[in-house]
Amino acid sequence: MGFRESVSVAIVGSGGAGALTAGNFLLEAASIAGWQGLLTRTIGPQIRGGEAAALLRLATHPVECMPDRYDILIGLDWLNANRFEAEIEIGANSLVISDPRGGETPPQVAAAGPRVVEIPMKDMAKAIPEGRANMIALGVVGRLIGLGVDTLLVLLEKRLAGKGAAAIKASRAGIQAGYDAAAACKFGERLAGPAINGKRRWLMSGNEAAGLGAIRGGIRFAAAYPITPATEVLEWLAPNLSKMGGALLQAEDELAAINMVIGASFGGTPALTATSGPGLSLMIEALGLATAAEIPIVVIDVMRAGPSTGIPTKSEQADLNIAVYGCHGDAPHVVAAPQSIGDCLFTTQWATYLAETLQSPAIVLSDQFIGQARASIERPADVAFIGQRAKATDVAGAYKRYAIAAGGVSPMAMPGTPGGQYTADGLTHSERGIPTSSERDHNAQLDKRRDKLAQFNFGDHWATAEGAGDLAVVTWGSLTGAAREAIARAAGDGVEAGLLALRLLYPTQPERFATLLDGKKRILIVEQSHGAQFYHYLKAHYDLPAEVRVLNRAGPLPIRASEIHRAIMEWR
Amino acid sequence: MSVVDMRPACKPGDYKSDIKPIWCPGCGDYHVLMSFTRAFAELGLPPENIVVVSGIGCSSRIPAYTTCYGFHGVHGRSLAIAAGLKVTRPELTVVVASGDGDGYSIGGNHFLHACRRNIDMTYVVMDNHIYGMTKGQPSPTTEPEFDTALSPGGTGLRPFHPLVIALASGANFVARCFSGEPNETAAVLVEAIRHPGFSFVEVLSPCVTFRPDEKEWKNYVHPAPVAPTSDPAKAARRLMTDDGFNTGILYRGDRKPYQPSVGQPSIDVSELERDFEL
Amino acid sequence: MSAASEAPKVKNLADLLAVAYQIEADAVDRYNLLADQMETHNNPELVAVFRDLARAEGIHRDEIRRLAGEVDVVAHAQRMAKWKRGESPEEANLGDAHYLMTPWHALQLALKGEERALAFFKSIVETTKDPEIKRMADEFVEEEAEHVNLVHRLLRRHPKPAANWSSDPDPPIPQE
Repeated sequence: MGFRESVSVAIVGSGGAGALTAGNFLLEAASIAGWQGLLTRTIGPQIRGGEAAALLRLATHPVECMPDRYDILIGLDWLNANRFEAEIEIGANSLVISDPRGGETPPQVAAAGPRVVEIPMKDMAKAIPEGRANMIALGVVGRLIGLGVDTLLVLLEKRLAGKGAAAIKASRAGIQAGYDAAAACKFGERLAGPAINGKRRWLMSGNEAAGLGAIRGGIRFAAAYPITPATEVLEWLAPNLSKMGGALLQAEDELAAINMVIGASFGGTPALTATSGPGLSLMIEALGLATAAEIPIVVIDVMRAGPSTGIPTKSEQADLNIAVYGCHGDAPHVVAAPQSIGDCLFTTQWATYLAETLQSPAIVLSDQFIGQARASIERPADVAFIGQRAKATDVAGAYKRYAIAAGGVSPMAMPGTPGGQYTADGLTHSERGIPTSSERDHNAQLDKRRDKLAQFNFGDHWATAEGAGDLAVVTWGSLTGAAREAIARAAGDGVEAGLLALRLLYPTQPERFATLLDGKKRILIVEQSHGAQFYHYLKAHYDLPAEVRVLNRAGPLPIRASEIHRAIMEWR
Repeated sequence: MSVVDMRPACKPGDYKSDIKPIWCPGCGDYHVLMSFTRAFAELGLPPENIVVVSGIGCSSRIPAYTTCYGFHGVHGRSLAIAAGLKVTRPELTVVVASGDGDGYSIGGNHFLHACRRNIDMTYVVMDNHIYGMTKGQPSPTTEPEFDTALSPGGTGLRPFHPLVIALASGANFVARCFSGEPNETAAVLVEAIRHPGFSFVEVLSPCVTFRPDEKEWKNYVHPAPVAPTSDPAKAARRLMTDDGFNTGILYRGDRKPYQPSVGQPSIDVSELERDFEL
Repeated sequence: MSAASEAPKVKNLADLLAVAYQIEADAVDRYNLLADQMETHNNPELVAVFRDLARAEGIHRDEIRRLAGEVDVVAHAQRMAKWKRGESPEEANLGDAHYLMTPWHALQLALKGEERALAFFKSIVETTKDPEIKRMADEFVEEEAEHVNLVHRLLRRHPKPAANWSSDPDPPIPQE
């Protein structure tokens, strides 16, 4: 029996079965054992008791996108599981573990022709005092993929420490029982041994990574209004900002949240909020205010399917337009997008640095996929981007808050600085900050705010460029991982393609873009937007090669590596 | 002279900037500006340690007419801006200025929560029972029979009672003043600013352009016949028969102001990584 | 409600001089403020009227300073309590200003101011027990009476305006 480089598992269950907990456990145990992995989930609309599936991909290498197909599908029960039909694809080589008392196997599962093994997980759980079927399932899967039972048991002790001896005993027994029951299953190749390379690794979600990136970048105040799927950013920040001498304030609505952030930043404290599409819509007016008054702020938008209330629990990339163009008037500001869970840390930190340096709002376009997925990743490197805003400290004479000078950034007086008094204003203002309707001042300040962004050197972080060939796959955000995997597969098939993933969406970088696309005759644009927002954005701001194809789709299903791969292969 | 006064000799003129207000001559807000500068002088606070935060409307133009730091934000959001500012810079004196439209209509929700949150700041609403800046639409405090272009024949709606709302929502200091009595208003502002927590001061400030009838206000206002109370139930009872022109401090509460402790970190940022280490 | 009950307490001559000084100084500031308003609102005739009134009050103010001799009325006035109700007697009521006001209106404001000041000093004469204060307050009564007469004379030069003095064919302009 050989070994495989990656394996993917789906654990499905409903009504308190604990599928998601089992998935989390499995990811953590595998990560401790040295594997790398990515966990997402898909759920029904209920708050409790709904159908849910934990989706994992484990590998000996970094995992940045979900698989095309699941190798193991374990059903604690099949109630309403047909909901997940499109998302959990299986095939003839898949193994399905089914509980005879779990309801009827969904027709699409049977139709795929997998091997089905019945394990009576519910009954086994019943036989253990306080036993739970999801622990049985955990043991089963652990055995199948080659995870040592000890790893599972040690983690169990750690995670259930607060739940009491009885719970721990029951779970141990459950895992062991599952482990034993799986002995009879023939699964095929087990996951190859993890590469132990001494690199420190972390287990985190994109939302948590964004929170840490914010603090590293210097954020010390956050205003919070809960919204799926961004709330976890704020929940992570609440206690941790406080430990750093900062504070988080829950606001009565997003209008208050964004204005609180502006007030805190005006007072000198780097400040942030996190929201999703509907919240960002509410915040747009204030973003214009911060742009006009040149106040640094960071807004993380964890994008979800829209428009309007949309599908709150699913990912999409359709807030690009509002992030870049949403403000009335001409209000250029920074827009950046992380490309992976680990990149959520870097990009949020970088955005904080950019906001403070350029005295501008910076929107970070994350999405539900990377925001809520958890992965084991290499510990992200420490980077030197820490917000340092230009402050006016020694003010002599009439202070010009918005003085026109080289580079476009004018030092900001913090309240409390004698002589630096000015009134920040959304009204068009003169260099001294006094409201004016003069043509000269209006244009001078518009030029200043445009030029400070246009003249700034964003360095190489503005985009990720890999590979060669005359075809480039151009994408952004969470699709970067799937694109990368597709390109690797195409390379395996003898077709060379390059990757260009934009991290900085605004201000645009026409010269750098041209350099990176030099020699490319064809580009394949990949994005998760029904209206192809990214394609239109690229067409508007950049010179594109003659041959352009677009692979775009709305949510709720992620765009898979196989789809991108097919698009590459079909375009030879 | 016996005691050395550590405060610099502050005159109201020190707090008035050289920018000429755009308010119509006759506007009550000129008096309110006077009250502000007189109050600041009385408090002896250096102008750079005061921030005047406002929204949109005639009243909201006030920050630039002072020599303090100012924030002229967007419509209705001044309390939120002030909250973020004060919580992160607790040593500053934060005064929020608004009008009845900005403060009670679009800003209504923030008003409720600002009272509830009780962050230490002073909220001054210049109430002229009209939207002045946009040419005379009814505001939440406009009388139901007052005829306007947007509400021919009057709105027919019962006006909002800001003092009731403030008291019910938890404001720690509630007062009403009349702009035409700037020294009294200044004295109330001094107390309001000194009082910890969220202080709400409604200042009746006539609009000479759209409410010339408000010239009569000087004949309607009268000082409250009883001293301020610290009993919210008493205050509520008084409000039941309030005619809208009682002036003076109604209520002084003792709720502890909301202020998280900010400043020094208690850990190194690297310790935050422990959450994630495998 | 007598002015005296709301005025700063006058306990000695220095107090009286300081209050008298401050009354005039406040009047100067107030008339200049009104002149500024008229300037911003394009009423040059009234700019001139208010500047003239400010100048006149400035002369009164400086005279009191001279009269005070060694007493530092400026410092003394700063230490004294302010008027509790309303404002200092000669501070014209800002609420009575209007961008189309005429000199007649301005002089009516000035007249009211002088009459209030007169009433204030009269009440000191009537209530004080100190002969020195009484003597000086009496002087101020005479001064203010002269000012009242002066304003009446000026008023005869400016007839009461027509009923439509405040009518403006242009509508107000919303600025935000």
